[in-house]
Amino acid sequence: MDAEQKFTSRTWPESPEKTTLEGKNKFLGFWLFLGGETVLFASLFATYLALKDKVPSDDHALAIDMFELPLVFIMTMLLLTSSLTSVYAMYHMKNYNFQKMKTWLIITVGLGLAFLGFEIYEFNHYVHEYHHTFTSSAFGSSFYTLVGFHGAHVVVGLGWFLLLLIRNTNRGLNLYNAPKFFLASLYWHFIDVVWVFIFTVVYLMGMVG
Amino acid sequence: MATQQSTSANPKVNYEYRRKKAAEEMRKHVTSFALMIFVTLIAFIMVLAGFDKTFVYPVLLALAALQVVLQLYYFMHMSHKGHGAAALFLYSGALVAFITILTFLTIVWW
Repeated sequence: MDAEQKFTSRTWPESPEKTTLEGKNKFLGFWLFLGGETVLFASLFATYLALKDKVPSDDHALAIDMFELPLVFIMTMLLLTSSLTSVYAMYHMKNYNFQKMKTWLIITVGLGLAFLGFEIYEFNHYVHEYHHTFTSSAFGSSFYTLVGFHGAHVVVGLGWFLLLLIRNTNRGLNLYNAPKFFLASLYWHFIDVVWVFIFTVVYLMGMVG
Repeated sequence: MATQQSTSANPKVNYEYRRKKAAEEMRKHVTSFALMIFVTLIAFIMVLAGFDKTFVYPVLLALAALQVVLQLYYFMHMSHKGHGAAALFLYSGALVAFITILTFLTIVWW
């Protein structure tokens, strides 16, 4: 069977992402990568927790002065919803419905862009209102490194979805691109997993004190 | 590479069954999404309510862990078969993550 072979919804295999050997290898390799990502973010979280509120003088803003619940709540809801919409996309991928899959992925990208917009607003707000910058304190460096790394992951995830969508617009689903869409959506879920810890550990715990 | 190792011997036979199963699974995903929203709301309300941090911290972490489990096992399909290696990689990563955070908080930056 050729990876570019044309399918119908009746001949489409049950797990198209793992039907070819290439798909299986990608699946394995990608989970190994996610294990590594977990360790990467752990080191950033550990550094942030150790350096939280470590500022050189009293006129620097602390976590409890800056963070605002409504903004974090909106960002959390946007990212959580985008995780569900990418699940919908994979549901249609498994049912061999390319158009619906594309529609849900575009919605996912839209929600991700909205999240990113709020994050840029947030950072801009901290820099100009509180003079909380990357170089102002150890707290600032560790905060922007951790949250910025997550933001960079969102950017990469959005770019990944968009490239796949553009490249495969007229191609339709086959066993060559199904694993690609599947892994991009796994990556997107992982970004949401990291955000769960960011909103809990950085923002909510930061607001409690 | 076009190597094919077929997992569906005769896809036509179980087409209806598969459609039904996929729809059922999608309903489970929506349920777990509702649960995640609920857990998130509780977390935010707890912070708004202004309880003592010795009580709020462990509960917040437990809620985050619950939400991540939902995300991993439902949205990322770890409840499906053939995720042994995935679980090994992720839990190894989580173990190293835990040790890293513990070390940083107790020894390195004390």
